[in-house]
Amino acid sequence: MKLVTAIVKPFKLDDVKNALELIGIAGLTVSEVQGFGRQRGHTEVYRGAEYQVDFVPKVRIEIVVGEIDAARVVDAIVESASTGQIGDGKVWVTTIDEIVRVRTGERGADAL
Amino acid sequence: MDTGNTAWILTSASLVLLMTPGLALFYGGMVRAKSVLNMMMMSFGALALIPVLWVLYGYSIAFGDDVGGGLLGDPTEFFGLKGLMTDDPEAALPAMAFVGFQAVFAIITVALISGAIADRAKFGSWMVFAGLWATIVYFPIAHWVFDFTLTGEDGVVTHTGGWIANNLKAIDFAGGTAVHINAGAAALALALVLGTRRGFGRDAMRPHNLTLVMIGAGLLWFGWFGFNAGSALAANNTASVVWVNTLVATAAATLGWLLLEKLRDGHSTSLGAASGVVAGLVAITPSCSAVSPIGAIIIGLLAGVLCALAVGLKYKLGYDDSLDVVGVHLVGGLWGTIAIGFLADPDAPAGVESLFFGGSVDQLWRQVVGALAVLVVSFVATYIIGTIIQKTMGFRIAEEDEVTGIDQVVHAESGYDFASLGSSGATAPLGGQARAEARNIEGSRA
Repeated sequence: MKLVTAIVKPFKLDDVKNALELIGIAGLTVSEVQGFGRQRGHTEVYRGAEYQVDFVPKVRIEIVVGEIDAARVVDAIVESASTGQIGDGKVWVTTIDEIVRVRTGERGADAL
Repeated sequence: MDTGNTAWILTSASLVLLMTPGLALFYGGMVRAKSVLNMMMMSFGALALIPVLWVLYGYSIAFGDDVGGGLLGDPTEFFGLKGLMTDDPEAALPAMAFVGFQAVFAIITVALISGAIADRAKFGSWMVFAGLWATIVYFPIAHWVFDFTLTGEDGVVTHTGGWIANNLKAIDFAGGTAVHINAGAAALALALVLGTRRGFGRDAMRPHNLTLVMIGAGLLWFGWFGFNAGSALAANNTASVVWVNTLVATAAATLGWLLLEKLRDGHSTSLGAASGVVAGLVAITPSCSAVSPIGAIIIGLLAGVLCALAVGLKYKLGYDDSLDVVGVHLVGGLWGTIAIGFLADPDAPAGVESLFFGGSVDQLWRQVVGALAVLVVSFVATYIIGTIIQKTMGFRIAEEDEVTGIDQVVHAESGYDFASLGSSGATAPLGGQARAEARNIEGSRA
């Protein structure tokens, strides 16, 4: 079992969600996050003063899937979230030791 | 010079001015959190621009001597309000009191339109539109409706006014046609020019702060007493009848909207109460001098029901009139204007007969013609102005910016700046800095 985590541009969330629905993904978790990558932050001017803004808003998407599905999920996210510009984000996959469905107590692949 | 009348008109003008910040709250609460500032800024933009145009040439186009057919006042007669500062002891009211009272009508009429283009209009394009629309559409139509022909004691015409007020003789006491049908038809045209927001009809796009909406509706109601009772242009019996009619029609409309919601949806909502208040105010605006208080209750109750039904049309017909300017102001304005033909009571200050009081259809056709003339002219002219702006400077922001949020992208601010993670605090922590990000990209490429 794998956890796929993706950091993408906020306005791409709809496209990513639609792409994942198309390949039959049953559930995902979304959070609003901030951070920076190679693009770093930037300066902004407000009321005549210049400010350094270190963190850029992003959306984090988390999906738990089986071994085989993980590669398809990664492909779908990369394809749908890409604009070709700096700041498009990252996707990574981590291995999960255990999953439990809270309602039934099912474990492992049954809980997916 | 009657100081009592003057005091009342200056007070009424101030009340009507307060309606536009009230409208900013009413509209601001209805959009999503990421657009609240832009929504309010469109009203404040009208507050900033229209008084300047009004002083320069707007008042003169609306209330200058007619230059032909009752369509337009002479723009040069009172250019820069020349000649209006002198005290005239013979006048019923100082000229400047009337100038001020009518100025605030122009402001709110322009601001009303902004509700149709929430979340997606470039601020600069809105300001250009506001100036063009006031000049080409509002000032002339105000002349049609509000500028009455004056005759001296010897029967000689001293001032020629507009065609709806003097030739057609339709009754529009405080602006059902010039303000509400006008703004509502313009809103429909502009919603069609700009197109729907991303996610329209799919996402709920619920109001982000209904407490703001209700404060705004309350301020509108308060200010509207200046709008309607002030339109008597005197502190007299007419103003008092109008005041009571404005109170009771608004109350009845609120009841009507809430009742319809309860029966149809199972809940009476606060948005319904706020919308019912405005629907009632709109419908009683043209008719407040022509009907009895019982007539006002009937107009209000039906306005609440009709407008509550009308706001659903945009989903069926596919136009994104975001905050229901069409459903409330166009429909409510049409109803209130035409209702005079059915419910006008000869005992009311306007003293005209109607179908149900006296059996005459004479007033009814005058009302219908006046209402439709303003509707058609406003819609067509607005569609042309909007299309020209769209094709030249562009009217809509980029789709990415619309999703990120117009406040952040266009105004570099956010309505609710909660704790931020080590950033400056001057810009929003969450919700996007896409434009700044784009600048950064260009910088790194260079």
